[in-house]
Amino acid sequence: MNLVIIKYNAGNIQSVLYALERIGVEAVVTDDHALIKKADKVIFPGVGEASSAMQYLNERGLDELIKNLQQPVLGICLGMQLMCKYSEENNTECLGIFDEKVKLFKPTDAAVKVPQIGWNTIYDLKTDLFKGLPDNSYCYFVHGYYAALGEHTIATTDYVQPYSSGLYKDNFYGVQFHPEKSAAVGEQILKNFILNA
Amino acid sequence: MLTKRIIPCLDIKDGRTVKGTNFVNLRDAGDPVELGALYAQQGADELVFLDITATVEKRKTLSELVNRIAHHINIPFTVGGGISSVEDVSVLLQNGADKISVNTSAFKKPELIRELEKQFGSQCVVLAIDTKKEEDGEWYVYLNGGRTKTDMKCIDWAKKGVQLGAGEILLTSMNHDGTKAGFAVDITKELATTLPIPVIASGGGGSMQHFVDIFEEGKADAALAASIFHFKEIAIPDLKAYLKGKDIEVRI
Repeated sequence: MNLVIIKYNAGNIQSVLYALERIGVEAVVTDDHALIKKADKVIFPGVGEASSAMQYLNERGLDELIKNLQQPVLGICLGMQLMCKYSEENNTECLGIFDEKVKLFKPTDAAVKVPQIGWNTIYDLKTDLFKGLPDNSYCYFVHGYYAALGEHTIATTDYVQPYSSGLYKDNFYGVQFHPEKSAAVGEQILKNFILNA
Repeated sequence: MLTKRIIPCLDIKDGRTVKGTNFVNLRDAGDPVELGALYAQQGADELVFLDITATVEKRKTLSELVNRIAHHINIPFTVGGGISSVEDVSVLLQNGADKISVNTSAFKKPELIRELEKQFGSQCVVLAIDTKKEEDGEWYVYLNGGRTKTDMKCIDWAKKGVQLGAGEILLTSMNHDGTKAGFAVDITKELATTLPIPVIASGGGGSMQHFVDIFEEGKADAALAASIFHFKEIAIPDLKAYLKGKDIEVRI
């Protein structure tokens, strides 16, 4: 298994690498086009801000590269949001792999904080990415923007309203939460991506 | 539904976990790597790792230790202590920390919070505030691990921190820390209901009911404790079962 983590200007790449190590999987962190293209599977992680991340990807031609990947790709958090069509975060045109739009949480109740930080449940789980996991498994989330529900939704979470905590189309998977920080549930999802996707 | 979080804190001095009463009388509480892994396994929602000697002795946080801990745990992880620059934070994040907390250095140079927010995003910037209620009934900010009083009121500094881009507030009541007499419900509630970001309550947790109180009355988003976990007075699975029994949303 030749697993590649895409290196770009978004944090927490190291955490993803360590999480894979804990489940006994080696990965290469790189922004080298040739290495990414020939990988068996690709992880597109990220914590950060959408417009600066997209600018970074565009400047290096990584936007076109990611869109055209044929092997299974897993976008995590900002990575998933960048795989959507558009993000309200600084009005950013994103990769457009998923048609869903990314919007800012706008709670009507002042007691609801933005960003959402902490553990929340995922339900209506579809695809083998969630194999072996019951509905309402807990995952760790940190985000102020969300992807709306749509035809590509494979997991749903409630915060302010129900939204997409997982997306899937063709060879592309995205999760809003951080599997690398979601204890045993997250480890199962990473294993599923590596074994079943 | 988003859960309330239980966060064991590992206060680190010379590579060992320590715990004192009201910021003094430090006692050895074990190896931080072993403890961190144990807590993660028991269902802790996050870990906080504070190098409590760092600010006073001007030592840099032990990034090597952070790296070791990060390899062994599968839950989010905050690191604090002596962080005073973007470079410090960069090193800690590279070693596996998910968030960093700033305290004295941010108070002395508030612009640091904005710089960190710009560089790494607010989600990884935790503003730690040590506060003490004085005889005038007001809560003031203390620096240098509780050794230095300031004239700044806690609520004012917290609001400023939010404006500058802090993503969470870690609020420690010095009146309550180490007493096991309960968390500071009033100041926690004031911050948690005023600020648009999560507030982590710290200091004073001694019984499972104290956690119920800080979540229900204090409106805290998370509660942090150290000695009761380190000295095995309360087990995390028992605490979570107790909270669930009181209809408080927790991850079990």
